[in-house]
Amino acid sequence: MARHAREVAVVAFAQSDHLRRTDELSEVEMVMPVLHEVLAATGLKAGEIGFTCSGSSDYLAGRAFSFTMTLDGVGAWPPISESHVEMDGAWALYEAWVKIQTGEADTALVYSYGKSSPGSVRDVLTRQLDPYYVAPLWPDAVALAALQAQALIDTGETDEAALAAVGARSRDAAVANPHAQLRGPVPQGDYQVRPLRTGDCPPVGDGVAAVVLAAGDLARRLCERPAWITGIDHRIEAHSLGLRDLTDSPSTRLAAEHAGVFEAPVDTAELHAPFSSQEIVLRKALGLADDVAVNPSGGALAANPMMAAGLIRIGEAAARIHRGASRRAVAHATSGPCLQQNLVAVLEGDAR
Amino acid sequence: MTAASPPEVLRAPLVVEFPFTRSLGPVQSAFLTGLREGTVLGVRTSDGKVMVPPVEYDPVTAEEIRELVEVAATGTVTTWAWNEHPRRQQPLDTPFAWVLVRLDGSDTALLHALDAPGPDAVRTGMRVRVRWAAERTGAITDIACFEPCDDGPADGGPTPHDGAFADSVTGIVAEARLDYVYSPGRAQTAYINALSERRTVGERCPSCHKVYVPPRGACPTCGVATTDRVEVGPAGTVTTYCIVNIKAKNLDIEVPYVYAHIALDGADLALHGRIGGIPYDQVRMGLRVEPVWTEGGRYPDHYRPTGEPDADYDAYKELI
Repeated sequence: MARHAREVAVVAFAQSDHLRRTDELSEVEMVMPVLHEVLAATGLKAGEIGFTCSGSSDYLAGRAFSFTMTLDGVGAWPPISESHVEMDGAWALYEAWVKIQTGEADTALVYSYGKSSPGSVRDVLTRQLDPYYVAPLWPDAVALAALQAQALIDTGETDEAALAAVGARSRDAAVANPHAQLRGPVPQGDYQVRPLRTGDCPPVGDGVAAVVLAAGDLARRLCERPAWITGIDHRIEAHSLGLRDLTDSPSTRLAAEHAGVFEAPVDTAELHAPFSSQEIVLRKALGLADDVAVNPSGGALAANPMMAAGLIRIGEAAARIHRGASRRAVAHATSGPCLQQNLVAVLEGDAR
Repeated sequence: MTAASPPEVLRAPLVVEFPFTRSLGPVQSAFLTGLREGTVLGVRTSDGKVMVPPVEYDPVTAEEIRELVEVAATGTVTTWAWNEHPRRQQPLDTPFAWVLVRLDGSDTALLHALDAPGPDAVRTGMRVRVRWAAERTGAITDIACFEPCDDGPADGGPTPHDGAFADSVTGIVAEARLDYVYSPGRAQTAYINALSERRTVGERCPSCHKVYVPPRGACPTCGVATTDRVEVGPAGTVTTYCIVNIKAKNLDIEVPYVYAHIALDGADLALHGRIGGIPYDQVRMGLRVEPVWTEGGRYPDHYRPTGEPDADYDAYKELI
């Protein structure tokens, strides 16, 4: 723990049920119950939070500055110390962690949400691609993941049956997760973009996640068994898919090295792998042993609310530590096409 | 005051279109102009690798790279994915393969579409060539797609190219259209439905008891759901205003006119609207106003003076 100025822990985690549609709820109406739940778990009131950071994307809502609406749900008046990332909430958590490291806050509320149901997320995500050479072709998110999957199959590292097994295992695990969107046996289905079938792809849905961070002894007071963030780092690769080796994730490996993943074994890995093929890539990058529990929550193949699915990985890993099911866990979040950007965190419980 | 009833969900199409005008740097300009002329250009990095499509900075060293070379219009598929159901705006409207193609002479791969009869006709390592678009403008879509070919790798390597063309392309317009179905949620649905009956409803915060209008479902002070519905207005008080002197495009209102914050009676938050029925230079803080509806209008067209005496400053000073 001496590697950082302050000890910081995840002391609470909450998430919504992840649903295909939530037409009856505006974003703030969807977010607010989760914020209340995560604060109630700590006993903190909104006004006692030192820093608030959120993650979301206007492209999902089709409206500019959409995050300002959900800010009403945290009680933003009188003024609070607040920030927003147009990214997955895992990166909002990183910003909050930095804020606490600087000593400017002792607690932070991190939340993120995605309401994909109003639009077609496959098409919406094409707008994050290189606008000169790639976006004019409108290659959707499934198509790009399928290119990565075929590259893996060509190397002999996986095949369609192994990919199907990843999806099946994830949704089996999700049976124990009441929030997941897809639970239990799900037909592997037809090819969406070959070689990926429906079962290899994440469900599209709406959902919210929230985490409370706290420093040092305050964390110990707020939580019986804090999930200490002993390392966290994020790295990025070249944007162009044609420059990258799609069968590997060097940015995940580098982030993991800097986060200290390889310094001791982990017992749990929550990996943000929206496509079955990406779990194969991430397992290799992180060098996970066979006895590591990978995505015991069901992972993104069971629920993938855009902008929240990465934060949920950190939250789920932390929650396992909170309840004593894990001693040392790795959590991973991704963003961009074919695992372009990757964040890796190590979470540890006090030995007991 | 009534408890909020279950919402009848409103839905409406929401189309977002954005034609971004983007400038090209020297390398992108040469590449896209080259496509227009049927020439594929790459860029050579300091360690001798050729990148197609070309970039201006080395992704490993961040070094500026400008050395252009011409590569072949034939190449090899490095990976692929069969797209049985093309989506609107994709390069082909018949089933096709997405491919990464390493053009002969290049060390990196270009993403595009491959026109092939079916997935059995596609494999990693297959040979393909560019099919040029009939009309070319200087865009990646000047490559209509790739098509299978039997030619072996082109002889020789990339050849130097000065990147100079007559009338080079210096920018592109990146058109995009995204379609949404927007639902405003419980609180705003109630507000919009009430407006259709020419009523204005807000919602009260159960904690601080303020009435918000239009309601967004949450109290921004307390961070809790506002659930008790309250009818406000119809009359209200101008709390502050501005005089608009710029005529908006497609807006049939003579300038100058007044745009005001109006605290409807019973509301703890001012909404805004246009003031009419009074010369613009006679509008004042405290002026009492009421909504004016036009035939078929779904919200008040504007607010006009009620003729009542002005409100005392103390009555609205917290709402400015």
